[in-house]
Amino acid sequence: MMLKIGSMQVWVHDQDEALQFYTRKLGMEVRSDVTVPELGNFRWLTVGPVGQPDISIVLMPIPEPPMMDKETADAVRELMSKGVGATIFLTTDDCRKAYEELSARGVEFVEPPEERPYGIDSGFRDVSGNHIRLTQVYDNFGG
Amino acid sequence: MANHPIARHVLRAKDLADAWYFEPLTVADLARAAGLSRAHFSHEFRKAFGESPHAYLLTRRLERAAAMLRTTDRSVAEICHDVGLSSVGSFTASFTRTYGMSPTAYRKAFPPAADLARVPGCLVRAYGRPRLRTFREDRGAAAS
Repeated sequence: MMLKIGSMQVWVHDQDEALQFYTRKLGMEVRSDVTVPELGNFRWLTVGPVGQPDISIVLMPIPEPPMMDKETADAVRELMSKGVGATIFLTTDDCRKAYEELSARGVEFVEPPEERPYGIDSGFRDVSGNHIRLTQVYDNFGG
Repeated sequence: MANHPIARHVLRAKDLADAWYFEPLTVADLARAAGLSRAHFSHEFRKAFGESPHAYLLTRRLERAAAMLRTTDRSVAEICHDVGLSSVGSFTASFTRTYGMSPTAYRKAFPPAADLARVPGCLVRAYGRPRLRTFREDRGAAAS
């Protein structure tokens, strides 16, 4: 049996704001951006890293009824604002350089690059509070 | 900094164009990234990649715009802005010259983006579910 990751979803407070962040700040490309009238103008919005076309991130609006009842949606929104959202693990070939570039673009790092046994690791948040790791894994690190 | 061949510095500029085409980047910015004077940079870029940096940057932007016309329903003006260009008129002219048809005609030549969007069944079922304003069952007294 063959299984591969196609896309993963993160909740976002505002799709336009999230799209700007993932494309203009992180340099990802928009893969799909379509508003579907027959689904109450639900907007299917996906982005992904340039050079990795088979994996996408779905930027899902925090649901409203009829997807979820108001109480549940409010609970999701409250948890998101406390930073209990998704974590996306990104890798890069030069963590310190990426840190400089992204900081210059106004990305606020929670953890600047630090040496770990497996490589150089850092962390920041997206505009909705989702946690994003940015790691430069050492070439000789197996696991 | 090791003494790399000049093409290595020019490659840095090409990478910048690929990564940040959606910013209002100019050839001057690319030359700065390569650490070369404008005239020298254009010459070296053409020597390394067979086309001028201006042509490379523009075709990178047009390629991205074409992709967005196929896969999104964003307007031509939005897409123009999304690929780092400010003038819709000159964007449309460059696009038409390059692809042999206007952005609007190009979009029409492909299946609508909505047909390509892989909106999963779970979302169709969730967002497509109608909302009833009143349920007879909600009026407890009537249900007996």
